[in-house]
Amino acid sequence: MLPSVVAMMIRTRGLTRHFTRHQQTVEAVRGLDLDVREGELVAFLGPNGAGKSTTLRMLTTLVAPTSGTAEVAGYDVVRDQRDVRRSIGYVGQGNGAGHQQRGRDELVSQARAFGLSRAAAGARADELLEAFDLTEHAGRPVSTLSGGQRRRLDVAIGLVQSPRVLFLDEPSTGLDPQNRVNLQEQVRRLHREQGTTIVLTTHYLEEADAIADRVVVIDHGVVIADDTAVALRSGLGDLVTLGLASEADAVTAAERGARLVPGASVERAGAVVRLRAPRASEAAAGLVTDLAATGVAIARLEVTSATLDDVFLELTGRSLRESDTAPTLEGAPA
Amino acid sequence: MSTLTPTLTPTLVTDTWNVMTRELKPVFREPASVLFAMVQPLVFLALFAPLLPDTGDGSALQWFVPGIVAMTTLMGASFTGANLLQEMVTGSHERLLVSPLSRTSLLVGRALKEIVPMLMQTAIIIAVCTPFSFDLHLGGVLLAMVIMAAFSVGIGALSFALALVSRGQDWLFWTVQQTLVFPLLLLAGVLLPLDGAPGWLRFLSDLNPLTYVVEAVRPLFAGSYPLDTIGAGLLASALVAALGLAVGLRAMRASS
Ligand SMILES: Nc1ncnc2c1ncn2[C@@H]1O[C@H](COP(=O)(O)OP(=O)(O)O)[C@@H](O)[C@H]1O
Ligand SMILES: [Mg+2]
Repeated sequence: MLPSVVAMMIRTRGLTRHFTRHQQTVEAVRGLDLDVREGELVAFLGPNGAGKSTTLRMLTTLVAPTSGTAEVAGYDVVRDQRDVRRSIGYVGQGNGAGHQQRGRDELVSQARAFGLSRAAAGARADELLEAFDLTEHAGRPVSTLSGGQRRRLDVAIGLVQSPRVLFLDEPSTGLDPQNRVNLQEQVRRLHREQGTTIVLTTHYLEEADAIADRVVVIDHGVVIADDTAVALRSGLGDLVTLGLASEADAVTAAERGARLVPGASVERAGAVVRLRAPRASEAAAGLVTDLAATGVAIARLEVTSATLDDVFLELTGRSLRESDTAPTLEGAPA
Repeated sequence: MSTLTPTLTPTLVTDTWNVMTRELKPVFREPASVLFAMVQPLVFLALFAPLLPDTGDGSALQWFVPGIVAMTTLMGASFTGANLLQEMVTGSHERLLVSPLSRTSLLVGRALKEIVPMLMQTAIIIAVCTPFSFDLHLGGVLLAMVIMAAFSVGIGALSFALALVSRGQDWLFWTVQQTLVFPLLLLAGVLLPLDGAPGWLRFLSDLNPLTYVVEAVRPLFAGSYPLDTIGAGLLASALVAALGLAVGLRAMRASS
């Protein structure tokens, strides 16, 4: 049942999914080519409607691709559905735990679905309840748990069989900042300690940045960037903002900046100069000294490294924060 | 982690058992929930029973109670798709679809679960009625329960299929459910005998499987065993079960 070595844990070629509703066709995912090696931790980052969930739902056998192919753990998501399902853990956008059920019951039932004996399933349930700090809530109806507790339970259910690949769809949406950080920590630990291959989706930049080795930026159903968060950000460079005393000073500062920092893109707006370049933060000190020597008075200095939002803005002309209108916690879109 | 080694190869039977016991847990944790489907039948019982002609030997109640049992069974089983509607919205249905549980077990396990609340409800009705000159014939009642069990499995499966196609449109589920339940009950002669009914009504009644189910359950509750009536009831409920499971499986496969 287990192919012990697969070249790629996830491999898609031209993966595409269209939806037709009310005679309108939505191209949710368009020709996705993706390779994920065993043990990678990948974040799909993109605004609502980008096609992240649809991609995950194809990889987890929930929706069939319109065209293209996908293999997970070496199994084809259309031909070998049962094998794919046995190899993966899936935490959807909604709650995996039934609201009328008790948490421990759901863990046991899931473990038994994977063929664990009653005793082993019970032991595994208790182990996970402990690991996710849910032991004292194990016997409560899921509907009475807090959002954070419920989400931890969902993740625990996804981990029952220690899957080779774990898919998490917006794991932290709807959580308060503290719970979000806790969950991120748990995901990272799982990756570190068990080497589980993890693919998660998020529309939180900070989350993609903080959690993942590799960020796949998706917009309108296509991958527009795919690299480490650090590489994505440093590709765009740092931003140095100078506030000058007068426009004349600003003109001088812009000129000298362009000369001193090779490859910089420089903009001036009134008495403010914005200079963006790879490793501009390192050049900032030299620029300040140079301007001081020239007699230009600097009123304000700000050095920021690029965020993933800047990356998204650069790639799409839109800010991820703006396009992130009220995330809907829809459970299971058809 | 030795605890994670699967020691059992899941089969259709173990998967179905898993799904069924999962569905039953909320019922056992809150047994009072089975009363929900009984509110209307019990109200009918309370309001109609005093109106029944007093034959002096309690035969009117003997006639009426099996109909109330059938009504409760039909209502309870037809409501159960509502659970699935909720699970589709909250996400646990999706989780089960990604688990290794087979599609068949997800449907059959849920449909089989219907038998348990049906038995609990029947026990309550009998317990309520026995003080009022209702004679309990246990053997007949048990055989009647076999017929009702098959019927409720079929109706439960149909209700799940309806929930699957109504996904995200609760009104559709409830409209169809409400539109079907009462005509089925009335046409089966559950509340009023159809002896004096016009021909077309009798014709529709003859097409209604619940008619045969109720006609078989009535003598059984009274402790008599007319073989042809019982046979017709068994056949009708078996057909409902087969139809329900076939439709349910199709809907389950088509929905994912
Ligand atoms: N079942 C569906 N029917 C019709 N349209 C859908 C369905 N699921 C997703 N879509 C559409 O596909 C696009 C991508 O959706 P989704 O994959 O959920 O995006 P994301 O998860 O990135 O927010 C959206 O325009 C969405 O409305
Ligand atoms: Mg989504």
